[in-house]
Amino acid sequence: MLPLALLLTGLPYLAAQGSGHLSVGSPAKISGARNASVQTKIPVTVDPGFHVNSNPAAAEYLIPLSVTWSATGALEAGKVTYPKATKEKVGDDTLTVYTGSFDLIASFKVSASAPAGPGVAAGKLRYQACNSTTCFPPKNVEISVPYQIQ
Amino acid sequence: MSLMRLFTVFATAVLAGCLFVGCSRAPTTVKAASLKPNSQRRDAPDFTLKDADGKTVHLSEYRGKVVLLDFWATWCDPCRLEIPWFIDLQRKNKDRGFEVLGVSMDDEGWEVVKPFMKSVGMNYRVVIGNDETTQMYGGVDSLPSTFLIDRQGKIAAIHIGLASRKVFEDGVEELLHAPAGIVIDRASLSRGAR
Repeated sequence: MLPLALLLTGLPYLAAQGSGHLSVGSPAKISGARNASVQTKIPVTVDPGFHVNSNPAAAEYLIPLSVTWSATGALEAGKVTYPKATKEKVGDDTLTVYTGSFDLIASFKVSASAPAGPGVAAGKLRYQACNSTTCFPPKNVEISVPYQIQ
Repeated sequence: MSLMRLFTVFATAVLAGCLFVGCSRAPTTVKAASLKPNSQRRDAPDFTLKDADGKTVHLSEYRGKVVLLDFWATWCDPCRLEIPWFIDLQRKNKDRGFEVLGVSMDDEGWEVVKPFMKSVGMNYRVVIGNDETTQMYGGVDSLPSTFLIDRQGKIAAIHIGLASRKVFEDGVEELLHAPAGIVIDRASLSRGAR
């Protein structure tokens, strides 16, 4: 139907294209004492029929799903654990991708000098989504992780 | 029936066929289903961008040629599948009034595009696109997005996403075969005949 729709409606159809094809849920609140190692899950859902590149991606030129932190407050950012990827064939290439719903595990350490009380760690999730025939430009999604220092 | 008489009948039939159909290898007429009739074609918006050598490229310079305008990016796997087809099309049809023009949508620009062009042996011009360019072409939110432009500078076909090699080959062939750059508007002809 898509080619027919394009033929019938022409360029305006293109302007109507484009959603993120991925959504990020609210990470669970972190609670911990000074010097404690803490973790939170970042729930991610990729729209049906789409995939995003794994981390690490199957090839250097591909853009992997990745989390980076810009301001972590009283937390020191640690490793982000990405899920196991599945394989997707595109032409002759085999990609490693994420589909459906999955969690990213973000690890932090509570700073030794952290003042007791609430705060928010801020970062972004970067990804680039495709389906079997089409790719969409890389996007960033803001992430906020609430925390409570005891 | 003697052998000679049989041969005469056969030769006559072949000669008659040649007279009616033509014995020479006439150019194959390709009917590309994906091409729009002339009446539905719009002008391809002109743009001015720099190519890999820093030279200014105006799309309007290509008027009179059939152009395959390909919006792509190095991170786009389906785009990378199509590019070897476009290299072939450029090689085979360059002398027939055909050009491929790539519009890269890589944010990192030439830093990533030039090494890629070299690695795959791109034999056609590439420019780096921007928001203004994509807006002219309806947003181009998804890649690859490929526009076939006829000799009059009008968009004859739009392919969003990976298309088949044959679709591009047939489309280019039909546009190149159009006499003096005029593609027969079959839809209009059939309407007029009624």
